[in-house]
Parts: sequence; structure tokens; C-alpha cells
Amino acid sequence: MLEIKNLHVKLEEEDKQILKGVDLTVEAGKVHAIMGPNGSGKSTLSYVLSGRDGYEVTDGEAALEGEDLLDLEPEERAAAGLFLAFQYPVEIPGVGNMTFLRTAVNAQRKARGEEELSAADFLKVVRAKAKDLKIDADMLKRPVNVGFSGGEKKRNEILQMAMLEPKMCILDETDSGLDVDAMKLVAEGVNALRDEGRAFLVITHYQRLLDHIKPDVVHIMADGRIVKTGGPELALEVENNGYADILAEVA
Amino acid sequence: MALPQVKQDATDARLAALGEVTATGWSAKVRADALARVRQMGLPGARDEYWKYTNPARLTSVEPQAASLFETDESPVFGTVDRLRIIFVDGVFDADASDDLSLEGIEISRLAEAQAADIHWAKDVYGVLEANGQTPVERPLAALNTAFATDGVLIRVTGKVSKPVALSYVHANTQSDAILHHVVKVEEGGELTLLENGPAAARFNKVLEVEVADRAAFHHVRAQGRDHERQAVTHIFARLGEESLFKSFTLTANGVMTRNEAVIELTGDDASAHIAGACVGDGDFHHDDTVFITHDAERCESRQVFKKVLRNGATGVFQGKILVKEGAQKTDGYQISQSLLLDDDSQFLAKPELEIYADDVACSHGSTSGAIDEEGLFYLRSRGVPKDDATDMLTLAFLAEALDEIADEALAEEILDRMAGWLVRHRA
Ligand SMILES: Nc1ncnc2c1ncn2[C@@H]1O[C@H](COP(=O)(O)OP(=O)(O)O)[C@@H](O)[C@H]1O
Ligand SMILES: [Mg+2]
Repeated sequence: MLEIKNLHVKLEEEDKQILKGVDLTVEAGKVHAIMGPNGSGKSTLSYVLSGRDGYEVTDGEAALEGEDLLDLEPEERAAAGLFLAFQYPVEIPGVGNMTFLRTAVNAQRKARGEEELSAADFLKVVRAKAKDLKIDADMLKRPVNVGFSGGEKKRNEILQMAMLEPKMCILDETDSGLDVDAMKLVAEGVNALRDEGRAFLVITHYQRLLDHIKPDVVHIMADGRIVKTGGPELALEVENNGYADILAEVA
Repeated sequence: MALPQVKQDATDARLAALGEVTATGWSAKVRADALARVRQMGLPGARDEYWKYTNPARLTSVEPQAASLFETDESPVFGTVDRLRIIFVDGVFDADASDDLSLEGIEISRLAEAQAADIHWAKDVYGVLEANGQTPVERPLAALNTAFATDGVLIRVTGKVSKPVALSYVHANTQSDAILHHVVKVEEGGELTLLENGPAAARFNKVLEVEVADRAAFHHVRAQGRDHERQAVTHIFARLGEESLFKSFTLTANGVMTRNEAVIELTGDDASAHIAGACVGDGDFHHDDTVFITHDAERCESRQVFKKVLRNGATGVFQGKILVKEGAQKTDGYQISQSLLLDDDSQFLAKPELEIYADDVACSHGSTSGAIDEEGLFYLRSRGVPKDDATDMLTLAFLAEALDEIADEALAEEILDRMAGWLVRHRA
């Protein structure tokens, strides 16, 4: 599904190398987790994959189902099936959440040559999915993420993911700032989307999210590289001993 | 005091070209007085403080610059709204094209006809609010209008009017120089919505005087059209009675020279005045909103909301003042002027002012200039919204606070559609 080879990325504005050769393959139907200390480049990886400005790829490649991602515009990557649940979802004053969702869904359908969803059909689907995530009508009406609590923002990300039905979902610290109940909701939202044709890359610091979303593979990222890859037990090791042992071992 | 020579010459030349003030009946004196005001003030010049950001030359010259006729296949603005239409072609009332002017709760007459009468209700308003609005800042082009206006409508509202009155302007002559003066008097308990749209003339000088009596309401929605070459100066003078409501919104798309002034005086307690403008300009667009709101009663509220989207070297100007007089306690005044600059070439010049002589008031003002929010843009694009659409969404969102000032949802929707259409036509 997602294939990243030797990805090197520096900041556009300054001479600072952030990703220093990331290799990562996520197969369809699988859940991969990335853990790693703050500042190791996890968010940068997710931004570069989704096409944010400000980064320069100096070497390497990234492909989604064989299609080179790095040459595409952000919206083309989205239409190709890539989705990033932001670590810090952006507030957009003046744009209603519902309008935003419908515009996004229809833009992707259009890009894929599918028919746009009628307002009535859209409403039906969005209401059902919002209900599962305990997102009320008021939150759907309000401007995107404006005045949302941390947990509401994260649930809103999952709602967008559920509506857009992407193939490759990247979740950047979606669990941070969530209480136990909210985390359960988010995890249920993710698990409901688990499917043979869909893959997940879950970036997190904590084992507790992985208790709910069971990963197939766990990677440890440090200083711009994947330094260790293992099974779910690797996450437990991090939970119990922190990163120090692992980092010392690979150093 | 003698006028500077340049100003004297310019004023003399313009007045000579306009000729005699010919009026009989009730309007004779008020027009003569207005002419005297013009002579005494002189027409505005580029060195006047009040015209620091907008050069008035094109508004004061003897002849207007020719403006090509604007052709469009688009349906007219407010075309779907049930309304009473009053049509002016190059500033001349067109009876055949207009609807029948009789409507329950309202009395409409033409200035050109009504001015000959000896007595008319408009005498208490015509030129009176304008004259009153000449201090502390002079507005000679409005006085010129009072003196020389060739036509206009005089509207007296005595009840709740069943549909909006729409003034539709048509531009048919590339050289036309129109001076229109409208008067609206909403009597106690009355309510009116006034719409204005269409290119009026090559050059357009318009004054709208509005007297809103106690517990009366006046709504105004104006679309200043897409006739880019027009030169326009417009003034709104409004006086508000107790518990009255005044709401005015203007959409401006295009225009090489537009100066919209509003002078609003809250004279009755608990009155409310909202004035808003949303403009979108490209290239040699120049748009100036100049607002002066005076609080002269207790517990009144005023809001000024002006938003400007500028691209390709367009210029936007905002001069806005809230004056709170002594004794105008519990005044609630709000003023915001913001521009969204879609490139580095465009500019926004703002002069927000507060002058307060009462001690128990809440007034706030803010002025900002900014670019499209890159974070927001990326967020939208990452969800699959193409860059241009995402830019338009954020632009319309920027304008939303001004559009919120339109009370009627259908009208607001129509204005939003026009804005959206403009943005699509003017993409980078
Ligand atoms: N736009 C940026 N400007 C400056 N530094 C940045 C920028 N983006 C990332 N960095 C730096 O790159 C490193 C990796 O950051 P990030 O990808 O956010 O790490 P993580 O998500 O693993 O905590 C950090 O040192 C961070 O400060
Ligand atoms: Mg991060």
C-alpha cells in the first residue's frame, strides 16, 4: 500500500536535515505503529507524505499503491486515498464543519470521476457517522475546529476519515489529549474502518492506544530514521522501559 | 477664509460646468444653501486630510472619464427577490421600465417631480441630514449633490412594507455623469428594506438620506456592480431615533474609483446602527469606505464591519470613526476593518479612530491586514479540496462576518453567490 524508500527530507528554509533515510512499507489490511521520542521526525514524515509546504525531499521516494506521491499536490494525494489525521487539527473560522465535510467528500469523488453525493444522502451518512463518534449537531454546524476541545478536534479528524474512506490512514498522535472514553471512541472509529483494502500508520507515544487498535507491526523512529521494527511486544517494551534501552542497543 | 487657489479653480470650473441651480418650490432654498456650502468649502483636493488615501481628482473633474458599458449574461442581482423595482438609466428615472410606485404602507415620489411643490414632507430631511453631516468633517461632494441632483426617490414609510424597494441602475451612455439624491423617512414603527444594484453611469454621485424614527427599522443591501471603469462617490446620511434599527450592507466588486461614505448619528436612546461592507478588487481597483458614527444618546449600539479582498495591486481604504458624545453613556461601539491581501502588490490603508467623551462606554476597534492562512489552506487541500477552491473557501470565510450583517437570509445567500462567482472569475 505505502512504500517509503530511503526518504531524506530537509527544511526548505534552513539547512536542517530532519528525515535521514526512512524505509517503511505498510501492506494493505495492516496496522503499523510508529513510536519514538519527541523531535525524531514522526510528524515531519506524515506532513511530507501528505504534501505540506516547507520541506524539501533531498533523496528517496514514497509511493501509494505504486503511484509516486511526492510529485502530487496535496489534494491529489487525498484523492489517491491518503489521509492524515493531524496532530494539531487546524481551526478554520467562517467555514462550517458540515460544509467543509461535504466539499471535501465531493471534491474527492469528482477527482475520481464519481458522482457527487446529494445533499440528502450526504446528510444521512454524516449524521450516522457523527453519532458513532458522539459528535452532536452543534459541532457539525460550528466552524471547523473553532472552539472545539482537544478531544473534539481529534474526534472530528476521525469523522473526516470515516467520511472520506481513504485507503491509507496516517494518525499523528490522535490519542494525545484524549481521556479514556474519548480514546475508546476514536479507537472504535478506527477499528470500524479496518479492512482488507485499507492500511493504517498510527503514530503514538503510548501503549494505551495500541491496546485498542492492535498493531501488526511496530517501528521505532529516532533522529530521522526507523531504528527498530518488531511486533506488538515492541510497544510494550517502550511502555515499560522507555526509549533509552532501544536507542542504546541500536547506537 | 479664502480657498487655496488650486481648489478655488477646480471648484469654479466644476460649478461653471454644472451651470445654474434651477429649483422652485420647497427645494429651492435648500439647494441654494447647499451650493453656498460648496463654494465655501471648495471641492476636495488630494492634499485634504480626509482624502489622504484616495485622490478625489476623478470625482471632482469637470468631465467624467468615459466608462464602457458593462455587458453580462448573468441574471441581475436580486433578480429572484419579489421587489418593487425603480429604474434609473444614467441617472434618469425610467417610468416605463419601473414598477407601479404604489404599495401599502409606503409613499414614493420622484425628486424631479416633487421638488416643484411648495410643501413636501421631504423638506425636513432633504439636504438637512447632509448639512448636519458637514461637521466636524467637510463633505463637499455631498453638498454638491444636494445642490445639483437631477433626480432621485423620496420614500416615506408609514407601516411594514410587504416587499423591498429596489433601486436598479442602468448605464447606457459611456459619458454619463449622474447625480442622484434619495430620501427615506421611516416613520415610527415602520420598516423598510431598500436594495440597490447595477452600474449607474460613467460617473455617479449619489446621496441617500435616511431618517429612522423611533422604533422604526431600515435595512439596506447594496451591490455595487462589476462595471470596473465607473467612478463613484456615495454618501449615506442617517439619523436614528429611539429604539430604532439601521442596517446597511454593501458588496463592491470591481471599480477603479469608489468612495462610499456613511455618516450616522444615533440621536435616540437604545438605537442600533450596523454598517458593513465586503469588497473584492483586482488590479487597478480602488475602494474607499469612510464611516463616521456619532453616539449622542444612551445605550446605543453601533457596529462597523468592513472586509476587503485585494489582488494584483488593488487598493483598499478604510477610514472609520466612532464619536461618543458627552452623556452617551452605555454606548456599545464596535469597529473592525480587515483586508485579505492575495498577493504582495495589493495594499490596505486604514485609519480607525475613537473619540470618546462619556465615561461609561464599551468601544473596541481593530484593523488587520493579512494573507491567506497557509495552515488552513493545507488542511483543506489535505482533505481533497483543490487549491483554488480551498482559497475561495477561506476568502469567503474571511468575508463572512460582513455578510452576517445582512438580516435577510435569501439576500445574504444571493450576495454570497455573487462573491463566489467573482472569486472564480478572478483566480490567480
Ligand atoms: N517547520 C519547521 N521548522 C523548524 N523546525 C522544524 C519544522 N518542522 C520540523 N522541525 C524540527 O524537526 C524535528 C522533527 O520534528 P517533528 O517531525 O515534529 O517530530 P516528532 O513529530 O517526532 O515529535 C524537530 O527538531 C523539529 O523542531
Ligand atoms: Mg509530532
